[in-house]
Amino acid sequence: MRETEVLVVGGGPAGMVAAIEAAERGAKVVLTERDDRLGGQLIKQTHKFFGSQKQYAGSRGIDISKLLEGKLSNNSNIEILTETTVLGIYEDGVVTMEGADKHLKLKPKRTIIATGASEKFLPFANNDLPGIYGAGAVQTLMNVYGVTPGQRVLMVGAGNIGLIVSYQLMQSGVEVAAIIDAAPKIGGYLVHASKIRRAGVPILTSHTILNAYGQEFVEGAILASLDDKWQPIAGTEKDLTVDVICLAVGLSPLTELCWQAGCEMKYIPEFGGYVPRKNEFLETTVPGLYVCGDAGGVEEASAAMVEGRVAGIAAAESLGYGLNNVQALKAALKDLEELRSGPAGEKILKGLEKLLAKGETAC
Amino acid sequence: MLVKTGIPTEEQVRQVSPSQERLAAGPVAVIECFQEIPCNPCWEACAKGAILGMDDMNNIPKLNFDKCNGCGTCAMKCPGLAIFIIDSSYSPTEAVVRLPYEFYPLPEADEEVIGLNRAGEKLGKFKVIKVQKGGIHNKTALIWVAVPNQLAFELRNIQIERVVNVG
Repeated sequence: MRETEVLVVGGGPAGMVAAIEAAERGAKVVLTERDDRLGGQLIKQTHKFFGSQKQYAGSRGIDISKLLEGKLSNNSNIEILTETTVLGIYEDGVVTMEGADKHLKLKPKRTIIATGASEKFLPFANNDLPGIYGAGAVQTLMNVYGVTPGQRVLMVGAGNIGLIVSYQLMQSGVEVAAIIDAAPKIGGYLVHASKIRRAGVPILTSHTILNAYGQEFVEGAILASLDDKWQPIAGTEKDLTVDVICLAVGLSPLTELCWQAGCEMKYIPEFGGYVPRKNEFLETTVPGLYVCGDAGGVEEASAAMVEGRVAGIAAAESLGYGLNNVQALKAALKDLEELRSGPAGEKILKGLEKLLAKGETAC
Repeated sequence: MLVKTGIPTEEQVRQVSPSQERLAAGPVAVIECFQEIPCNPCWEACAKGAILGMDDMNNIPKLNFDKCNGCGTCAMKCPGLAIFIIDSSYSPTEAVVRLPYEFYPLPEADEEVIGLNRAGEKLGKFKVIKVQKGGIHNKTALIWVAVPNQLAFELRNIQIERVVNVG
C-alpha cells in the first residue's frame, strides 16, 4: 500500500496553503482535488480580495490561485492528484479514493481535511424549474466556462456571495433585476452593496421569493415584503420577469470525512452546520486529523488560507519537520485574530466560543 | 439607509468630505467606506501616509486631507471600489470626478457617457476626459469625468450607451 506523510484533501485556498506549508518544512505531501484543476472557489473570484497584504488583499482570487499553484508545482515534496475524490477514511488509517478510473488506497501519517462547503438551497414553489441555480454554479458557468446563465437574473441573498456574483453577472453583460434578502439588513460588505446599487440594481431587504413560475423554464418570480417576524405581508406581492433565479443563501461545511473518521461533531449555526471539534492548531478529536477552511466552519477565503497555514505547520511540526514552527504558528494565529477582531468577525468568534465550550452534548 | 439599500446617506458622505478650501486647492480623495471590515489595501498603498487609523485593519480609514495629493493610488487599489478622487480646481464651473470602473469596454477619452448617482439614477451626459488603466495585475481603471461643480459629490458611476445589434 502507498504511504505518505501528509494527505491534504481538497485543493482550494485552505488545502493549497496547507500543502505548501507542510511540504516547505520537509514533509512528503499528497494533495487530492476532485475537480480537474486546483484552486477551488478561488478560480471563480474575479474581484479583489479584502484583508491585508499578508492575505493577498487587493489581488483577485484567480491570480491568488495561480500564485499558489506556482508554489505547489515548484515543490518536489508535493504530489498533486486532480480528478481524485476521497471516498473514505477507515479505522486503520487507510484512506480510499477514486481517480483516473482507479480505486486507490493511501496510508497517510497525518490528514488535513480541506473539503470546503456546499451551497444551501431554499424551499419555494417551482424551485425545480430549469433556470434556478446556486450562485456557485453561475460563477462556474461564467468565470470558468465563459457561458452566461441567461438574460435577466433575480439574486436571492444579499450576503457577500450574492453581492459579488451579482456584480460579476453585470460585468458579463447580464442584467440583474433585483437582489432580495429576507433579513432586514444587507449581510455582505456594504462597499459591495454600494457599487451594485450605483449601477442601478435595487437591493430589497425584508423581501422573500414566494414562488417561481414558467412553463418549460423560469419566466418570472413572485416576491413579497416580510414583516418584522419574517412573515410575508399580504398585498405586497410583486411580479418580476426574469429567466434566471440565483440562490446565494448560505453554505454548509462538507464534513462527511470528519464524520466517518469519528471526529466529535457539534452543530454550530454560525459556521453553517455540523463541524468537528478542534483545538487551537485545528487538530480534531481524532489524533493526526486536521481541518481547515470552510470544512471546519464557513468563513471566507482569506481566513481559509491562514487556517491552511496553521494546519500545514501543525501537521509538519507533529512529524518533526521544520524550524521555528512555534513562532510561525503564533504569527498565523495572530493573523486569524486580526481578521476576526472587527464587527465582521463577531459571528465567527461566537461560533468558535460555542465550539470550544465544554460540557455540552456533542455527537 | 446604507445597510438596507446600499446607498450612503448625505450625512455619511458629508462626514468624509473635505472642506471647500481643500477642494479648491486641487485633487483629493474621498473615502466612502462606512463599515468596519478587515481590509487595509488603501492604507498600504498610500505613499503620503495620509490614510490614518489603520493600526487595526478592521478600522474605518480616516484621511488627512492636507497630506493627500489626490494621486489616486488608493482608489485603484480599494477592493470595495469605495474611493473617489475629486478635483474641484479643474475649471471655474466644472470639477473632475475620478471613479473606479471595472466594466469592459472601457470608455475612451472625449467620449460622452451617462453619469449615475449613488442610487444608479441618471444625472445626464458627461464627458470622459481621461481613462487611467489599471494595468494587467490590478485591472481597475480610473475614469476621469468632468461634471458641473454641484455634481462633484453626486456622480459616482457611469454607463456607456452600447450599440445594440437588433439584426
